[in-house]
Amino acid sequence: MKFTIMINEGPYQHQSADTALQFCRAVLAQGHEIFRVFFYHDGVNNGSSLSVPPGDDRLLQKEWSELSKENDLDLVICIAAAQRRGLMDADEAKRQGFDSNNMIEGFRISGLGQLIEGGIEADRTVVFGD
Amino acid sequence: MATKKFMFVNRKAPYGTVYALESLEVVLISAAFEQDVSLAFIDDGVYQITKGQDTTGIGQKNFSNTYKALGDYEIKKLYVEKESLEERGLTQDDLMDLVWEDEDDDWAEKPSIIMVNRSEMADVMADQEVTLSF
Repeated sequence: MKFTIMINEGPYQHQSADTALQFCRAVLAQGHEIFRVFFYHDGVNNGSSLSVPPGDDRLLQKEWSELSKENDLDLVICIAAAQRRGLMDADEAKRQGFDSNNMIEGFRISGLGQLIEGGIEADRTVVFGD
Repeated sequence: MATKKFMFVNRKAPYGTVYALESLEVVLISAAFEQDVSLAFIDDGVYQITKGQDTTGIGQKNFSNTYKALGDYEIKKLYVEKESLEERGLTQDDLMDLVWEDEDDDWAEKPSIIMVNRSEMADVMADQEVTLSF
């Protein structure tokens, strides 16, 4: 079965980002396909490269990044939500005239159309949020 | 591209958190993809379409007029749960008059709001293919 996953909460504040990550791992372990993971609302913060949790805590952003690398996952961050919250990749930072960026490897920035397309293409769309 | 039944479930008050505003942004994009779109208003989500919203004192953008434009995007199925209204002391008279224009009927204005009870809402939801909740 083909899944699209939507994540609406950021890491640490809400457990839903952890649950979504665990769900994605379970989906892949059972031989299903993940068409896309779409990050919206504060969920865009799952793509930040600048999180430094205490050493005995998990680093969720890195776990997403590694899961993406291992499984060739399409992790998409909504551009409008990201712009509001100060999250940007190198291209977007350049376009906006900033001299730094903060998106971790494995994510890409795109529009809300990617979420709708994900809903159309997948057999199941699962939302994780508050 | 295929057409699917999309439902956007609005559960939160329009102000206080950004969910309602960012939900509307997704709804408008889905219209551009020509999907079969419905909206559900339950719990505090019913406040999103109440009349006479005034945000001047709270420094938030009043986006309630956007709901009035949904008909122009062919979004004309707005399911409102009766129990959610009643639990908050509201009636349909407290809601905005949201309409769409029927081009097959000389552009007559027709109501977009469909009042349903909780069990009817469950049936409507069960009939959807993609349900996004906000």
